[in-house]
Parts: sequence; C-alpha cells; structure tokens
Amino acid sequence: MNDTIRSILKEHGRLAVDVGAIADDADLYQAGMTSHASVNLMLALEGAFDVEFPDRMLRRRVFESISSIRAAIEELTGGA
Amino acid sequence: MSDDLLNAQNDLARALVEARLLLPSGVPGLFGRGTVLEDVIERIDALVVRTAEGDGARAERWRFPPILPRALLEKSEYLSAMPQLAGSVHAFDGTVQDHQKLLARVHGGEDYGDLQKQTDVALVPAACYPVYPIVASDGPLREGGRLVDVFSYCFRHEPSPDPARLQSFRMHEYVRIAPDADDARAFRDGWIDRGLLLLRGLGLAAERAPANDPFFGRAGKLLAVNQRDQELKFELVCPITSAEKPTALASANYHQDHFGSLFGIKNADGTTAHTACVGFGVERVAIALFKTHGIDVAAWPVDVRARLWAP
Repeated sequence: MNDTIRSILKEHGRLAVDVGAIADDADLYQAGMTSHASVNLMLALEGAFDVEFPDRMLRRRVFESISSIRAAIEELTGGA
Repeated sequence: MSDDLLNAQNDLARALVEARLLLPSGVPGLFGRGTVLEDVIERIDALVVRTAEGDGARAERWRFPPILPRALLEKSEYLSAMPQLAGSVHAFDGTVQDHQKLLARVHGGEDYGDLQKQTDVALVPAACYPVYPIVASDGPLREGGRLVDVFSYCFRHEPSPDPARLQSFRMHEYVRIAPDADDARAFRDGWIDRGLLLLRGLGLAAERAPANDPFFGRAGKLLAVNQRDQELKFELVCPITSAEKPTALASANYHQDHFGSLFGIKNADGTTAHTACVGFGVERVAIALFKTHGIDVAAWPVDVRARLWAP
C-alpha cells in the first residue's frame, strides 16, 4: 500500500524533495506539500483506494505522513 | 436562513435604499452608491490610508481594473477553493445566423450562455491577485521586501438580500511581500491590532475571529481546516444584522509561501518569499456605521464624525 501512496504522492503532493527519499513517518508539509496539494492528494487517494474520507478525517494531521495516510486508509478499508 | 435574520437584512436594505444611500438595481447584491454613502466610503478609505502610513516602508500604489487575466485566476488556485464565487467574462462570438438565434433567445427571455464564448478575462475576486505576477516579473525580491497598496472593485457570485453582502464591492488592500515567514506573519498580526483600533475608534463593536471562508465542497473542508489549524487568516467582524453571525469588515491573511511558490517570487538567495495581506471592505465598514449610528450622518457621535471628517 505504501508504494501506491508514494506514487500518488509523487503525482499530486508537489513535494520539494524526491518522494523516494522520504521516510514513511516524515512530515510531508515540511517537505513542501501545500494545503492545495494536500487537497489534490486527498482526492486522488479516494479515487485510487475507492474510499471517501469522512469529515472527522479531513484533518491536517491525517495527511501529514505516508504512515498517517496509510493508517487512515486501513481504517476505512477495514485493514485490508 | 432564519426569518429573523432575513427580516433584519430586508429592513436594513430598505432603510438604506429609502435614504438614497444604496441605489437599487433590481438584482440582489448589486447597488449603486448615493452621494452620502460614497462620501462616507471615501472618508473610511482615507482613514485606512492614514492608518497604513504607520508602516515604515512606503507602499507602492498600484491600481488594477476589476478584471484580470483568466489564466491568472486559474493559476492562483481560486477555482479549487471557491469556484462558486468566481465570475468569468463571456462574449458573443458567432455568425450572423447565431446572432439571430441570440436575439430570439434574448427576446424570449431564454438563456443564451451557450452562444457566448469564454473570454481571456475574469472578474477580480480579491484586489491583490494582479500584484503577484508583477512582483515576480521584477526579479529577486529587494532587501526588506515590498509593500503594495491596491484598491479595486471585487466580484463574488453570492447574490443575497443582505445589503452587507454585495456581489460587487471595493476592497482596499495592503500586500506585504516579505523575505520570510516571520516578517509576513508580523505584518498580518500588526494589522489585526491596527484594524481593530481603527474600527473600534469608529464606535463599531469589532472583534477578531478566525476566518470563515466558504471553501467549496469536501476538498474545501480540508482547506478550511488547514486555514484554521494553522491560524493563517483572521477577520475583523462586527454585528450588522446578526449578533450571532457578525459580518467580516476586514481580514488579515498570512498566505505562507502559497503565492510566492505559485508565481516564483524569490529572495536574492533563492528562497521563496512569503506574503500576507490585509483588506478592508469599505462598503461593509460604511454599512456597519449606518447600522450602528443611524441613517442620519449628522447625528453620528461627535468623536466618530471627527475621526472620519478629520481635516
């Protein structure tokens, strides 16, 4: 799942650094992801994983690292 | 909307129209400004300018028309955030036959939007948008950054019975293009204090509140949360037709490096500039004054009159 997240991040995150060099728990906002980019990332993740983030997950910290994104998606897909 | 709020808005609109302060057009949120209202607006604006003179750096004074290149609106990501408020300009671009069709639809009261073509221009949503590409094209940011004064009619597609929510209104903005985050944030914070002093000095019950921008859709929820969590934008609000839902008269916004990155505004050392702006909705301040102190300007409190009509 992390690979899929990374490839979506590469396309939509507009990071200032190479996604391949980012640790799973690295802060994506620190790596240059803007608010607008996080929105595009959210929408692309919803499409790729066929989920819809509920309002309670529309939080800055949910999208702040690859690990936090993975945790949110796992919760929505029942840990699949 | 509650009936009470709607009644309060209708009552205020009626009073402003009867006093010839607002000149109605028949379209909600679209009014002309009568003699007395325009005088008050000019006085408010002069007070904003006097307040801004407290900034050490003298502002560059730029004026732009109320339309901007459509490409600029698109690049600024306004359409991601608030597409429902944006207006773009369309014009007829067809054959003689198309023209006949157009006229038939006009006479029939039908929609003819499909016979028009989107042009290269759009309506300015906020006075500061045209500033960023100009600053970027000037090359590396000079030491100490820049301060630009802009004043423009702005458009928001939000027809409303509330006379304080106009579709076309003027915004006087000061835009800080700062070398770093601390400078931009300090500019915004300084203006929150000065703005509150200015408004309270006019007898308005102004308060600072986190911004409540109407970001669109689910994506907008995340944008709103980001804006609030990071404490980026504040409004100076004042009750006009509702104590529970006061109206924003001004706002002060720290953009981080949003515009700096989008438009490539760089410091000499290659780092990206941060920006902030403060904007006063001059019609709204005026309408708040009429609501607070009454329709008759001559009967306004002496100190308020003295402040506005200062020599």
